[in-house]
Parts: sequence; structure tokens; C-alpha cells
Amino acid sequence: MSLQSRHLLGLDGMPQADINLILDTAASFKEVLERPIKKVPPLQGKTVVNLFFESSTRTRISFELAERRLSADVVSFATAASSVSKGETLKDTARNIEAMKIDMVVIRHAAPGAAHFLSRVVASNVINAGDGAHEHPTQALLDMYTLREKFGKLEGLRVGIVGDILHSRVARSNIFGLTTMGARVAVCGPATLIPREIERMNVEVFHRLEDLIPRVDVLNVLRIQSERQQSGLFPSLREYHRYFGVTKEKVERALRPITIMHPGPINRDVELSADLADGEHSVILQQVTNGVAVRMAALYLLGTSNGEGGI
Amino acid sequence: MIETPDAPFPLRIGGIFVLEDETLRKKKIIDSAGFQRTVNRLAHEVLEKNKGSGNLVIVGIRTRGDYLARRIAAKVEEIEKDAVPVGTLDITMYRDDLRGRLDQPRLQRTDILFDLASKNVVLIDDVLYTGRTVRAALNALMDIGRPAGIELLVLIDRGHRELPIKADFVGKSVPTGRQDQIQVAMSEVDGEDGVYLLTPDEEERKT
Repeated sequence: MSLQSRHLLGLDGMPQADINLILDTAASFKEVLERPIKKVPPLQGKTVVNLFFESSTRTRISFELAERRLSADVVSFATAASSVSKGETLKDTARNIEAMKIDMVVIRHAAPGAAHFLSRVVASNVINAGDGAHEHPTQALLDMYTLREKFGKLEGLRVGIVGDILHSRVARSNIFGLTTMGARVAVCGPATLIPREIERMNVEVFHRLEDLIPRVDVLNVLRIQSERQQSGLFPSLREYHRYFGVTKEKVERALRPITIMHPGPINRDVELSADLADGEHSVILQQVTNGVAVRMAALYLLGTSNGEGGI
Repeated sequence: MIETPDAPFPLRIGGIFVLEDETLRKKKIIDSAGFQRTVNRLAHEVLEKNKGSGNLVIVGIRTRGDYLARRIAAKVEEIEKDAVPVGTLDITMYRDDLRGRLDQPRLQRTDILFDLASKNVVLIDDVLYTGRTVRAALNALMDIGRPAGIELLVLIDRGHRELPIKADFVGKSVPTGRQDQIQVAMSEVDGEDGVYLLTPDEEERKT
């Protein structure tokens, strides 16, 4: 059993068997994370470079921990302190680092397609840790792992994604992954933040949170990304909170528990009320724990395969 | 493929599944009753050497070592009237051939839900061959905790060690050639208990 591709670039087109393999493998690593000694040897002697051209705390730490717990050698790189600030291109940066004999690259970049581009110019395995508004496959995989852990299976599960769908790579990867696994996905947000023709991705669209809530088992609440919000697509955070902020009051109208997810970091009491974020139906911290296990699974599967797997 | 009505399970060499080879001759070396007697004897030997089950824990290597571990543990419990913790070890991540293989082995869970510190661990596998699996298992165990000691129990020792490893408890020592195969069948997965020796036909003619 190995993955079809030797890179993890996105969930668009990833077969169900591959998603299942990653989630099953992650379950083995979750056990490792519960041990007193959380380290195993399968990537011994492999070198992984984390290329983070966009700021990130959670994802970078999660990847670094995953790599170290698999005994890989890890080099991390952030844009500000690098030659990128001196005008070096992505291709040159990557090729130069690869010339130092590395095996895997984890990349986060503001440009959609950056990871795909990299996978064509370097010989290493490439993992996409977020490329612009395109994909963030490990986030969607850890979301699916968390849901599978909680509900037993993904098939038939009704998942609502709320917020800025237009700029969200988390939403896109989740839609690709969840629909492949047979879950039903609905999105909800201000009309200006829902991409046109999104129905073609097999999702339902709601413009009122009150209409969405009775129809879902899970709400995945996206962060309002102030850094991508210069163009005034909604009037104010206060107004956003009033109409699309997920609050206890709105959720309780469903008359049954709704599982709350958030990819982090949370703007408390903007997109999600603090009492829900910390409430008994929130799985937000489980998502973070599972993130390490899922990333270990992806790194393990790519790093130990013999490379016969296609592309 | 020849007809092997008495072989409803895949062939195994040292833990690796291989395709059935039609030039092999198959001989039963332990039958179902013998299998049970061997398990009983091994359980008694473990208890004798460890002076009871007080500080004992049992760990089986997936897949058949795990079933064997549960059999031994059940027998130990029957004799001592006291349950012994049993765990399962998946050694995939510790294999020395993890990267060279064409088929990526599927990772399974290690389930050791008790503390190994200061315990006497009986590590159990079905067949001892090159010793590489046991080496991997020892490393895996050491990463989980620091036991007082580890003893190795195997159902079959077929020789040809490539590492300095020796079993403390052996069900049966079977002299084999490199080309031979040992098949361990267990009713949990294979529908019957038994051990088979498979020999290439040429070997059979020479002897």
C-alpha cells in the first residue's frame, strides 16, 4: 500500500483509497503521540526542509514536531531572514537548498500553485502546507481525521463551512476531501465571500446561518482573514459577527449538539463566540493534536515509499 | 498454482507474505493437538523461569505473534489464576528494510496499554529466522519504556540467524534450508492450528 503520488499537493483528485491510507496511518501515529517517548525512527537519515514564505505558527510547529518525531533532520526557513528578501526566485531558492542534498520539502507560499511548481523543479517529495487561496491539504486531512474519530465515519456526515469561502484554502481542501469521502458539504457566508459557481464543487450554498444550522452535524468555522480583507467585502467585523458569527444562541436553536471546528487562530467573538470555542462540543484542540499525527502519516508515507508511485 | 486444499492461508517467510510456489512440497510438522501441547509447555516454562506471573507482561509481534501471545497469556492465567497484561507490537516503523521494499508495508497500531518500566517482558513471535524482526521489536520496546528485562519466546526456531539473537523459550527447533518456508497457521486467522514445512522439490529428491 502506498500513495499514488510522490507529493502531497492538494486533495483535488486524490482518490478515496489514498485519503483512507493517510487517515489509517495517522491512527498509528496518534498512539505514538500518547507514549512517554514520542519518537520513532522511520525517517532517520532523511532531511526535511520547511520553506515558509508566509507567516504561520501552528502549521510550522506542527510540521516540525511531526518531522522530528519521525527522526528526520529538520531545517526551517522563514522568509524575512532569507535570500528571498534579496530578490531570489522560488525556483532558485529551492534548487539551491536541494543542492545541499535534502529529501523532502514542506512549502507554504502566498501564490496558488507554488507547491505544484516546486514539485516540477525539484527531485524531493513536496508537501503543500498552504498555497494562497488554493489548497491546504494537511489541514483538511486533520479535519477529516478529527471527524472520523468523533463520528466513526465520514460518509453521510453533514458538514457546514462558515465564513470567507472565497479566500479560504482550508474550505477548498475540505470540500474536495469531504465530498470524495461521501460527506455532504454546505457553505455559508456573505455573498461577496462565496465564489461564484461554487455549486459545481457539489456543495450547497446558504447565505443565512440560521438556515444552515438545522441541516448540519458539524460547523467548521473559518477565520476572518483580516490580512486578505483590504477590499471591503463586508462592512465591519461587528456586522459580520451579527450575521455570520457562530454563537451559542444560534447553535442552540438546532436542539441537538453541533460539533464545532476551527482551523485557528480564532478571532474570539468575531467568527466564533468564546463559549462555543471552549465548549463541550468543540473539537478545536483535538484538531491541533491530530494535526501532528496526520502530518506524521503524510511524511511517513511519502518519505518511505520507493518512489514508484507515478508523478 | 497447485491445489493446496489444506492451505487456506498465504505463505509466510519470516513475516513476509509470498506467492505460493508450485515447486514446494508441504509437510505438517505440528498438528492441532501438538500445537496446544506446545503452547501449554511454553506457558509453564515462562512461569518456571519467572517464578510466577507477578511481574510479567506479554507482548506479541503482529500478526501471528500477537495471537500466540494471547494463547500463552490465557494459559498463564489459567495456571496462576491471575491475569497478565498482554500488548501488541507493530514493528513496521523499525524495520531495516522499510525503504527498499517495493510494496510499502501497511502501518498498524501498537497497543501496549500498560507501563513497561521494571516489568519482565516476554516478547513473542511465531517464527525466529534471521533475527531482524526481533532486533526491530527490541528497539520498539525500548522506545516505549525501560523494562527490567526482556525474554524471547518463539513457536518455531528455524535457524539462519543474521544477528546475535537467541530465544529463551522455543516451541520447536526446525532445521531448515534457506529455500524452505515455515507456515504457521492459527485458527484466529487461518481456520486451524498447525505448522507446516515447505521444501522445494529438488531438496526433497536429494534427501
